[in-house]
Amino acid sequence: MSNDLARFHAAFFDESFEGVEIMEQALVAFDATSADPETINAVFRAAHSIKGGAATFGFSAVAGFTHHLESLLDAARSGTKALDPPTVDLLLHAVDAVRNLLDAARDGSDCDVTVIATLQSQLQAALSSPVTASVTAIDPAQIRGGGGWRLLFQPHADLFRSGNEPLHILRELAALTPLSLTVDLAALPALDDLDSESSYLGWTLTLGNDCSEAELRSLFAWVEDECRLELTPLSATPTEIGADAPVTQASEKATTGDTVEHVASAHTDSASIRVRTDKIDALMNLVGELVITQAMLSQLGSHLDPVRDEKLLNGLGQLDRQTRLLQEAVMSTRMLPVAHVFSRFPRLVRDLASKLGKQVRLVTSGDDTELDKSVIEKITDPLTHLVRNSLDHGLETPAERSTAGKAEGGTIRLSAAHQGGHILITVADDGHGLDRERILNKARQNGMQVADGMPDSEVWALIFAPGFSTAEAVTDLSGRGVGMDVVRRNVQALGGQIEIRSEAGRGTRVTIRLPLTLAILDGMLVRVGEDIFILPLNAIIESLQPQPEQIRSVVHQGRIVRVRGEHVPLVPLHRQFGIAGAIDDPSRGILVLIEADTRKVALLVDELVGQQQVVIKSLETNYRRVRCISGATILGDGRVSLILDVGELVRSINQAAAA
Amino acid sequence: MNTILTVDDSASMRQMVAYTLREAGFDVAEACDGQEALELAQTQPFKLVLADVNMPRMDGISLIRALRGLPSYKFTPLLMLTTESAADRKMEGKAAGATGWIVKPFDPQQLLATVNRVLA
Repeated sequence: MSNDLARFHAAFFDESFEGVEIMEQALVAFDATSADPETINAVFRAAHSIKGGAATFGFSAVAGFTHHLESLLDAARSGTKALDPPTVDLLLHAVDAVRNLLDAARDGSDCDVTVIATLQSQLQAALSSPVTASVTAIDPAQIRGGGGWRLLFQPHADLFRSGNEPLHILRELAALTPLSLTVDLAALPALDDLDSESSYLGWTLTLGNDCSEAELRSLFAWVEDECRLELTPLSATPTEIGADAPVTQASEKATTGDTVEHVASAHTDSASIRVRTDKIDALMNLVGELVITQAMLSQLGSHLDPVRDEKLLNGLGQLDRQTRLLQEAVMSTRMLPVAHVFSRFPRLVRDLASKLGKQVRLVTSGDDTELDKSVIEKITDPLTHLVRNSLDHGLETPAERSTAGKAEGGTIRLSAAHQGGHILITVADDGHGLDRERILNKARQNGMQVADGMPDSEVWALIFAPGFSTAEAVTDLSGRGVGMDVVRRNVQALGGQIEIRSEAGRGTRVTIRLPLTLAILDGMLVRVGEDIFILPLNAIIESLQPQPEQIRSVVHQGRIVRVRGEHVPLVPLHRQFGIAGAIDDPSRGILVLIEADTRKVALLVDELVGQQQVVIKSLETNYRRVRCISGATILGDGRVSLILDVGELVRSINQAAAA
Repeated sequence: MNTILTVDDSASMRQMVAYTLREAGFDVAEACDGQEALELAQTQPFKLVLADVNMPRMDGISLIRALRGLPSYKFTPLLMLTTESAADRKMEGKAAGATGWIVKPFDPQQLLATVNRVLA
């Protein structure tokens, strides 16, 4: 039988882990003053489902522990146990334990039994009165007749209305013991007065076997309130009829006061199916290829005669539109709301704030802004680090805050929003902001080039330097490398940018700008010699054809160009990649001004070819990693075009200049 | 055609029940909460309804009460899936018109035995 049920295990674990998430989120958000009964009901239901499923599928450790969690939640929802903060904490720890037990059950590994046992006794202790045992009748299991039974069964008139059928019960009885019966027709009315929906018959049965009373009564368990049932043991020797007192059941009828009305809860379980990500990746790949082929066709189509080949051109136009829509549709299958990332933070903030003795509340907005799944996965660690930073270093203790004239509780704001073809994620706190002097001093200590009059934005950018971060005594959630340099690298690896703003005493705000997806790019095509390169549009500030007087030569540093009062290094792209036959005179070519890490560079190219959306193909998987190149694409004419990694390009240019 | 409706917000439980009953030759329809079940019940005549008690949107007992109000379900066997410690729920269920109950956790054998008991 275990084989039969194993097929449902995956589904059980999926929904159980979801249930754990639901419980955790609801408990973290629980506010005793504005308690919504439906919230606690939802938490109870989650625990109840996990327990039921675990018991059904044989995960006894999970079932056993969750039972106690469920009992405490049951008491909470019926109002017999108040949900004060210590109780909520206990429940949260219990939820953690359930998660661990589920992991252990699924992976076949071990769990810390002492922790579980401790929590279990705490849960039991938290119930003000012991969990009342199920209300059962006085167990007559021991009572047996010496020689069978006499059973009187008289259903009440409306027994049928509960869907019960006396015949079925009698049939089961007959399977249990040989019997003979007589029918009692006393209550049967005349045919004209007969109501076909009512039960009028009664039976007196003589049961041959020496069954236990409990066994017999269990057959009537469903209908015990809807009938007259009398059991009389028959001893081997005949006794006076009527002298045996029928043993009736003394069951307590507990009435419950709570209603089971549920206001339509936010049941957002719309029709959906789970799809493996590798299937979606394959789909994306195919669509990418389709886009390239379609672009090729479009380009070939531009050579056609618009009059003679009008139909073909129309067809190509439609293909263009439909391919674009298909691409957007497939990309959106991989898009998930950023709430997936944000959802872990309420718990993190709550736990860390209490550990640090600070009062902090977390406010999120833009939870339903959508991001590509892979971006979501990779942005989680950096965001976690930023939030922890705010908690650790940005926000002050309640005492410090009130001395500074602020409210005792600090706020961290997490938000996500679309802007153009990007998504902006910000982490902002109302703490004491970055300390400009401390950062400058630390930078000088590290031997970095700083000037006292540096603008704030450049001072804040200093903290991204490797080795700059202050030693973190607190272990990171993910246990991986900490430091703002890692954060920035992760953001850049996603094709994004990170920027800090801060005001002393008021707070700090970190903004991360990310492309919506990693698979396609809005690019500017530029020609250098015979080759076409792609520059990501979002890294381009502007392009210009300079006047000779804007160009200057600096000893040992090459040329610079003056743009809007700024002096920017001028770098011919052909020299970066050793391309022969390209234009070297800036006034005959085009300068494309790019920016990365707050640094600007003017790239000299032969000409701007055009702007288009390109499908990014990995150079690494198809060839190997190439310096300053982030990927490649296939143009409409079939040529391969390399996509420039603007960040790396700017960094290497600056390093070369500093050398 | 013996059609059974199983209602439970836990997908794994629902699947287990449906699978067990289908293997035994029954036709089975599934619903994830009372509301869905009630709507389904009005589109086709089920011979038996198995309903979990704790569900969002509409719980098992409310479902049973609602079903009893439909002429076609006046005498249909309606069973609750409850836990052993919920005696008051059993009372509530009966008051709402439930035929009886199956105690969770149950194994496929117990399920089939009970189903066969209520269906002719």
